[in-house]
Amino acid sequence: MSDLSSTTIAAISTAMSESGIGIIRVSGPDSVSICSEILCDTKGNAVLDKMEAGNFRYCFVKDEEEIIDECIALLYRAPHSYTGEDTVELQCHGGIFLLKKVLDLVISKGAVIAAPGEFTKRAFLNGKMDLAQAEGVMDVISSRSESALRASRDQMSGRVSSVIKGLRAKILYETAYIESAIDDPEHYDLDGYDVHVTEVVKGLKSDIDRLIDSYNSGRFVREGINTCIAGRPNSGKSSLLNLLTGQDRAIVSDIPGTTRDTIEEYVRFDDILLKLTDTAGIRNTDDPIESIGTKKALDAASGADLVLFMIDASEYLETDDMEIFSSVYEKKTIILLNKADKTLKIRPHDIYEHFRYSADEELKNMTQEEFLEKYPCVIISASGGQGLDDLKRVIKKLFYSGVVQSSSDVVITGLRHKELLVKADESLSNVIECIESGMETDIYTVDLMDAYRSLGLIIGEEVGDDLADEIFSKFCMGK
Amino acid sequence: MDLKCRGAEFNIDVAIVGAGHAGCEAALACSRLGLETVVFTVSVDSIALMPCNPNIGGSSKGHLVRELDALGGEMGKNIDKTFIQSKMLNTSKGPAVHSLRAQADKRDYSGTMRKVLESQEHLTIKQAEVCELLWEEIPSDERNGSYEKYVTGVKTQTGTVYHAKAVVLCTGVYLNSRCLTGESITYTGPNGLQAATHLSDSLRNAGVELRRFKTGTPARMDGKTIDYSKMEEQKGDERIVPFSFSTDPESIQKEQVSCWLTHTNKNTHDIIRANLDRSPIYAGVIEGTGPRYCPSIEDKVVKFSEKESHQVFIEPEGLYTDEVYVDGMSSSLPEDVQLAMYRTVPGLENCKIVRNAYAIEYDCINAKSLYPHLEFKKIKGLFAGGQFNGSSGYEEAAAQGFVAGVNAAMEILGKEFLVLKRSESYIGVLIDDLVTKDNREPYRMMTSRAEYRLLLRQDNADLRLRKYGHQVGLVSDEVFNRLIEKHHRIVEEIDRLKSIMLGASSDVCSYLESLGSSPLGTATSLAQLLCRPELDYEKLAPLDPDRKPLPADVIEQVQIEIRYEGYIKRQEKQVREQERLEVKQIPENIDYDDVPSLRIEARQKLKEFRPVSVGQASRISGVSPADISVLLVYLEKMNRIK
Repeated sequence: MSDLSSTTIAAISTAMSESGIGIIRVSGPDSVSICSEILCDTKGNAVLDKMEAGNFRYCFVKDEEEIIDECIALLYRAPHSYTGEDTVELQCHGGIFLLKKVLDLVISKGAVIAAPGEFTKRAFLNGKMDLAQAEGVMDVISSRSESALRASRDQMSGRVSSVIKGLRAKILYETAYIESAIDDPEHYDLDGYDVHVTEVVKGLKSDIDRLIDSYNSGRFVREGINTCIAGRPNSGKSSLLNLLTGQDRAIVSDIPGTTRDTIEEYVRFDDILLKLTDTAGIRNTDDPIESIGTKKALDAASGADLVLFMIDASEYLETDDMEIFSSVYEKKTIILLNKADKTLKIRPHDIYEHFRYSADEELKNMTQEEFLEKYPCVIISASGGQGLDDLKRVIKKLFYSGVVQSSSDVVITGLRHKELLVKADESLSNVIECIESGMETDIYTVDLMDAYRSLGLIIGEEVGDDLADEIFSKFCMGK
Repeated sequence: MDLKCRGAEFNIDVAIVGAGHAGCEAALACSRLGLETVVFTVSVDSIALMPCNPNIGGSSKGHLVRELDALGGEMGKNIDKTFIQSKMLNTSKGPAVHSLRAQADKRDYSGTMRKVLESQEHLTIKQAEVCELLWEEIPSDERNGSYEKYVTGVKTQTGTVYHAKAVVLCTGVYLNSRCLTGESITYTGPNGLQAATHLSDSLRNAGVELRRFKTGTPARMDGKTIDYSKMEEQKGDERIVPFSFSTDPESIQKEQVSCWLTHTNKNTHDIIRANLDRSPIYAGVIEGTGPRYCPSIEDKVVKFSEKESHQVFIEPEGLYTDEVYVDGMSSSLPEDVQLAMYRTVPGLENCKIVRNAYAIEYDCINAKSLYPHLEFKKIKGLFAGGQFNGSSGYEEAAAQGFVAGVNAAMEILGKEFLVLKRSESYIGVLIDDLVTKDNREPYRMMTSRAEYRLLLRQDNADLRLRKYGHQVGLVSDEVFNRLIEKHHRIVEEIDRLKSIMLGASSDVCSYLESLGSSPLGTATSLAQLLCRPELDYEKLAPLDPDRKPLPADVIEQVQIEIRYEGYIKRQEKQVREQERLEVKQIPENIDYDDVPSLRIEARQKLKEFRPVSVGQASRISGVSPADISVLLVYLEKMNRIK
């Protein structure tokens, strides 16, 4: 048995789609006690302590007094579980937002979000997997860490990361001052410094609280289905974006090439969150500014989970349309025949006939039915608003059937960020408590640096020699 | 190198190269463990020389001295015998950062240490420059682990060969050293002493990689030419606390000398700025990397240009001389600029310089080529300690010298190496940082480098480390048993204070109020009362009639353990978590190319540092938590294959 896991880890272990059931797995020494706190029967009584290992039962997930879901709880006792540790599995209703809420609850009771590949790692270290699987285990750990790291970078908005950098700089400066005063008491003194630190820390805490709030309202982490609106210039992409978001977000004009940059917006249809990217019209152009935009557009399309391909149906198809199709057809794509308010010159049949020859062999042999099943066509008027409900219905259908998923890394990244913010906040509360109970200045620098470390993990920065560097660069030390 | 002379030959156990603070501790440790030891120095008059500041200890360095003392080292005892002023620093801060610093009489310090070496059985002092390291190649089919060579002894400049089972390099700043004062360059060690010019080449031939570091020292002045009336007097503490746990505090209460505080000003800074082009550092003559924490006055003026004044402390070099040390103004500017600049400082208007300030450059190693027990990874029997390892400071040197010496002895005696953990000592932090991090400047100890510093207090160094000193054989049974007894008393008294509950009687409440402490609401233990900042153990005496008299050091521990219990417990928990990784050993012959899925950067760093444990690996910058997970799985796999 490995003695490496003193922590209890938790994760959503089913795919992040609107499937019927979603499973949250909690593993580690405190898994049972943590889950006991949030599970109850119809009368509100605890259920887990009465259960025997290997059994399951129907119960409720509660947050304080509020019931948030019904679930089946399965109890495994070490070593008879996947990880070889005490494990509780909660089979909840599927649905990302609900699962996230339950996981958040488990975390708030003391579990930590599982590191990438950690369940597998524990299973191996606890002798639950045979030797032949070792390489696979290492591969899982490293590839998942990579993708989690990428998700973390991708999802973090520039604004949030610069706020966090600012907070860290303040913490580092105060700590460095205190440490300079300890190392060189003849040059720096700490008289009255507690008052100053209290002020600073209170400021930091309110900034962090704001970040936590913004996380809760979904603004902090950019999760959602990466959706790209593609199409020739002036096919109505910006109008669609404005229609979906309900505001004049992108500049709309009749001059082709008006949208020169990628614009991101979020749209929620019930449970589904779309992260929308409106791209510069994709076309071959000599205008240098616009060609930068076009490159970004192609990038955006390549990173998308879903492509909304706009076609100006008041005109005949152009070779540009075929080319765009050939670069997006491998993505899940919905084809929008726009300008339904004018006379349509293109019908779904025309799309089938033209597009199936512009991609690979497989498409050529499809029937029209098969083709339109794969590439649904929706007739809309982006400027007038007709067809919007049809579009929403098609998107929901794709999502609920699991064809389109939002990346699970993104959801987990969000939760991990919040976990770290909460941790940083706790460390700073310790500082204030320490000062209030009359402890000496140097005692709480440990907490200050803990907060610094937690915030750093959010933006992928280590502590390293930061403190020593800060001391030497900001404070004049020594003989 | 062929020196073309044929000298005598000796068979010894350990050769210590250098008799500075590291060399002295290494030599004493080996000889006290019964090994025939020779300590080599270019000049017997420079044994335990203090070529820079005239003090021992200070923030975090004082911790090192205390730890060294607990382990059976000599530095603490020696400064207790030779100090002329003593001060506990940071007393208004928490107990973890209280730090002792003593001004030494330099000649007395050096002479007293020399006497200790001279009277030590199995120890021979030899004035000679070691020019060659002797070694043999280990045939590749007989290699086990990382060793490629083993050491067989040293050769001195006269050609005399000392066959030795182990060699400890403590060359300080003497290897290929050169001193710079403005345009003037001399190829000497500190204080004009002879540099060691041959050994570097021999070490390179043995495959040791060397690099260049730099440090500096301020001028020494004739104290008679200083006007102290313009300075602020800095006295020692009224009650002197000894460094050594073996020194009776009563025996060292004595009259102390003062230090003096003055300041630089705009004139000083103007002179420096106007002459920067004549500074070897700013003119680009110096190639070595200097320490940022110990900047020259030129550096301070350039890097902190917004500061209009810097502190200057005038510290006596000893009772035997009028010479004083000008702390705060180290420099490598030319002599004429030095004199002009010093004379702008209040009190130094008419000063005469006895010794000029200078910068010194020297060869040293990157300590990542060492194991945590301070032996070279590729050369069995070759150990290194002190400034040669890229550190700075007397105390850092002594601590490493001790560990290197002890481990040379452990290897010869076939016993377990002494490797102190980060969680139990500053010495552990110091050595781990040296061998695990990419240090780009001379490394100085700082309290902020110790992540578990609440546990690593100077007051409990004996409780933390005596056992190791005893284990290796440098702490006697008697001393160790006394410590066990002290420990029991502390534990018993803490338990007692936690168990005695006081009711909210009017007597108790009025007594508390008389001390400015709030009255009791409910029954409260004596331990809880001790947590109140306004109370202490003495003040609780009237409320605690049954207490038995206890020694002051026991009471001190009881107070600290109770008052900071919450914080101490938290750090102890962190230690236990990290410990899980620390105990996971990495086999010496691990082939990182065989570990799949490691990121390239991590693979390179692991190959470069070759950590001995997963804990050490986790501290190497560029190795991520995911890499550590991968490594753990790999180690488990190898383990099962075995």
